[in-house]
Amino acid sequence: MTICYILYILKHRILITLKNTPLSYGFVAITLHWLMALTVIGLFGLGLYMVELTYYDSWYKGSLDLHKSIGITLAAVLVFRILWRVLSVNPKPLGTNSKINQLAHTAHVVMYILLAVIVVAGYLISTADGRPIEVFMLFNVSALDFVFDDQADIAGKVHYYGACILIGFVILHALGALKHHFIDKDKTLTRMITPLKED
Amino acid sequence: MKKLLINTAVSAALVLSASAANAAEYIIDTKGAHAFVNFKIKHLGYSWLHGRFNTFDGEFNYDAEKPNASQIMVNIDTTSLDSNHAERDKHLRGKDFLNVDKYPTATFKSTNITFNDANSGKVTGDFTLHGVTKSITFEIDKIGEGQDPWGGYRVGFEGETSLKLSDYGINYNLGPASTHVDIGLFIEGIRK
Repeated sequence: MTICYILYILKHRILITLKNTPLSYGFVAITLHWLMALTVIGLFGLGLYMVELTYYDSWYKGSLDLHKSIGITLAAVLVFRILWRVLSVNPKPLGTNSKINQLAHTAHVVMYILLAVIVVAGYLISTADGRPIEVFMLFNVSALDFVFDDQADIAGKVHYYGACILIGFVILHALGALKHHFIDKDKTLTRMITPLKED
Repeated sequence: MKKLLINTAVSAALVLSASAANAAEYIIDTKGAHAFVNFKIKHLGYSWLHGRFNTFDGEFNYDAEKPNASQIMVNIDTTSLDSNHAERDKHLRGKDFLNVDKYPTATFKSTNITFNDANSGKVTGDFTLHGVTKSITFEIDKIGEGQDPWGGYRVGFEGETSLKLSDYGINYNLGPASTHVDIGLFIEGIRK
């Protein structure tokens, strides 16, 4: 299945579109975008679900361990994604209203900042007493050498409210994409699914 | 008439403040941390989980000649809960348990103290936790009393009692072995 897909890509010479162009996103950016979208929404749901579990639920411990493991992985991918974005050409917005384009750009930056704040806050909750975070039972991410008063509680609030605000932005972002697709009838959404080819 | 009322009020206030001053003959030595509010609760019924409240203060009145006239008052800062695990502490401070944002203090104020002999007695008083006040009674022991090496005078007591969590509106299910928490009060007072 995977091989067929790779052959298909090769056949259509899409492989050269790994990188962004001024016209469109490349496959790296596209993969990062959707993978992280799924992960973020999944972590939000898992987070809300796991705190409602009671002590005798068999997944009481496991859900938290999974949330932390995925969260740390997400943090690493986020660093890569930000680097990739900074070092890449950014496709030009397809919207015609420059004010709205500017707003959309600001919203994107805010989402990156929120993601960073949320993962850092999550890390600070679990490491507030010097304990490391175990990632998929493979390795540990150590705590920092400092703690501040009420660290777990303050970081907990930032983590929770940050995530709620982020999901608000995600909804706005998705509505924006749908508006481009169905109302403006431009390729903003489709170029985030397959790279556009130069005419 | 109005003047009489004011006079009565003023003298009542004076009497009250005089008795309050008496009640504070000893101050609990939290400054030097010679006092502890500890708790322990069974974990699944297989072991004990220990924790404590790091911040509290209190005063008591005690005279070995008139032990039954003793009084004690303790204020506990519930946000200072410490079970040596930040994530657990966060959970215990949260809405499932102590809800410290809403109920940042727990208090105990004695209503009756009766000594059976020189070193042991029973304390009855109102304990407020999680916004619920209940009268509780528990046994206490005097550990010792006398001069300290720095010119002061000290006396110490200990007492322990078991509280049913659901009595105080804490209904999170920790399992059948963990419905009660034992609270231990270990105090040293410095005479004012």
